[in-house]
Amino acid sequence: MSTQTRDAAIVGIHEYPSRDVEGEVSPLQIKAESAARALEDAGLGWNDVDAIYDAGDGGGMAGLTISEYFGLKPRVINTTGVGGSSYEYHAAHAKRDIAAGKASVALLTYGSTAHSNARAIGVGGRGGGGHPADNMDMFAGMTLVANYAMVAHRHMFEYGTTSAQLAEISVATRCHAMRNPEAVKAMEDLEFLDIRETTVDDVVNSRMIADPLHLLECCMISDGGGAVIIAAADVARDCRKAPVWILGTGEATKYPENGGDITTSAAVQSGPQAFGEAGVTPQEIDIAMIYDSFSITVLALLEDLGFCAKGEGGAWVEGGRLRFDRPDDGPALNTDGGGLSSNHPGMRGIFLLLEATRQLRGESCSQVDGAKLAVAHGNGGMLGSRHCAGTVVLGRD
Amino acid sequence: MADPQRPLPKLHDLDTRPFWEATKNQELKYQQCADCDTVVFYPRRHCTGCLGNNLIWKNSAGKGTVYTYSVVRQSYHPFFRQRVPYAVAWIDLDEGPRLVSNVVGVEDPLRDVQIGMRVQVRWEEHEELSVPLFEPEP
Repeated sequence: MSTQTRDAAIVGIHEYPSRDVEGEVSPLQIKAESAARALEDAGLGWNDVDAIYDAGDGGGMAGLTISEYFGLKPRVINTTGVGGSSYEYHAAHAKRDIAAGKASVALLTYGSTAHSNARAIGVGGRGGGGHPADNMDMFAGMTLVANYAMVAHRHMFEYGTTSAQLAEISVATRCHAMRNPEAVKAMEDLEFLDIRETTVDDVVNSRMIADPLHLLECCMISDGGGAVIIAAADVARDCRKAPVWILGTGEATKYPENGGDITTSAAVQSGPQAFGEAGVTPQEIDIAMIYDSFSITVLALLEDLGFCAKGEGGAWVEGGRLRFDRPDDGPALNTDGGGLSSNHPGMRGIFLLLEATRQLRGESCSQVDGAKLAVAHGNGGMLGSRHCAGTVVLGRD
Repeated sequence: MADPQRPLPKLHDLDTRPFWEATKNQELKYQQCADCDTVVFYPRRHCTGCLGNNLIWKNSAGKGTVYTYSVVRQSYHPFFRQRVPYAVAWIDLDEGPRLVSNVVGVEDPLRDVQIGMRVQVRWEEHEELSVPLFEPEP
């Protein structure tokens, strides 16, 4: 039975427009600028904010230092840092804190200059830090792309999934990106070659980075950031824009286990929690904002969230099904252009909330007519080894 | 300038040190709980299956199966960029542990590495430890 409550809503959003700040803007400056614009969007001010959510990427004591930087003295600080899924966790925690009466206006911000810093988070870099697990496998030259490619290979082996099927995800996402001027500008600034809509052939004929993943199945590395304002129902009713309610949330964790199934992510736990709390089914969802670090990420997550059965994702995405102009065939995917073709500054989770909100407000560049329900699913960490999953179901009045 | 070297694990990490010290003698170790039989890998001080810490070090025979793999075509690391294309794999040892390594000793990794293929450990010796790579079982 649904336990859906409408006690907290997204009331303000901002996406930092530039994907290449040329080293002239800092991550903190991106956070502050985005916060101010999002508050403006909501019709609120700095003084209304009483809760701060931050992924802790600013280092130790990040909750304190960012509060001071903003000039705020919040009642709630939450620095859950789970990579790209941090912002789905933050939305969940903000709803929880608001429902408990501990906060009334929550501010989530993200800022990164990964592109300007030339941080190797992408096609040739390796992830991971100084954890004992890293000390076991750092000798083997596993790249970040290879981590995800491991999932794709096993998925192909078990279910017969093809590169052409995976390419559908890149093609649909690029179609949406070409309709988003900020995404087109991003691809120009990051010097993409041949910026246009792509075909399945384009994707499978692009350079192989780590078998079986091709270049056009990998996300970009950009600068960027954004902010989200989440408010209690009484505040939300008086904001400038229609509220986008947080209807249900789920969180889950996965890491390598002996004999485990690499093709199944933590979304199999977080999805049912979120849909169950919201009292809706995946089949009712209009907009699927799914973390697209790579094509395989989306395919595995769509299956795990219940849009189709495990192993059937390849056939399910065929024929352009995920495009925004195919509303009768299920949800539109990543209508902002995604990490594949709009922005990926390292932790993309906040943009999933931003575009879901735009869709439910009727403000997207690839608007789905009458969109009522959206899901934002962040995958933080790495799909092929250890990650956190955060699912947020959103709906309008 | 010296050739770039393979990045090697730290020997001072308290959890994984016994594993790497054993590789000096070309022993592939894993842990199993004496109380609840849980196989613990990567190495730790505590059992993840029960509340005890009665973990026994055991030797793997070094044989297993490729669970999944990728052939890396592009790396920014100075050592690995000279070695592309090379195969990275998750390998299921017959005793249970699943570990990451390279599949070596094949003519062409694009053609000769497959999911499900049988492999065995092949040690690459270094000054203070050896690295467990895997090659096709004859």
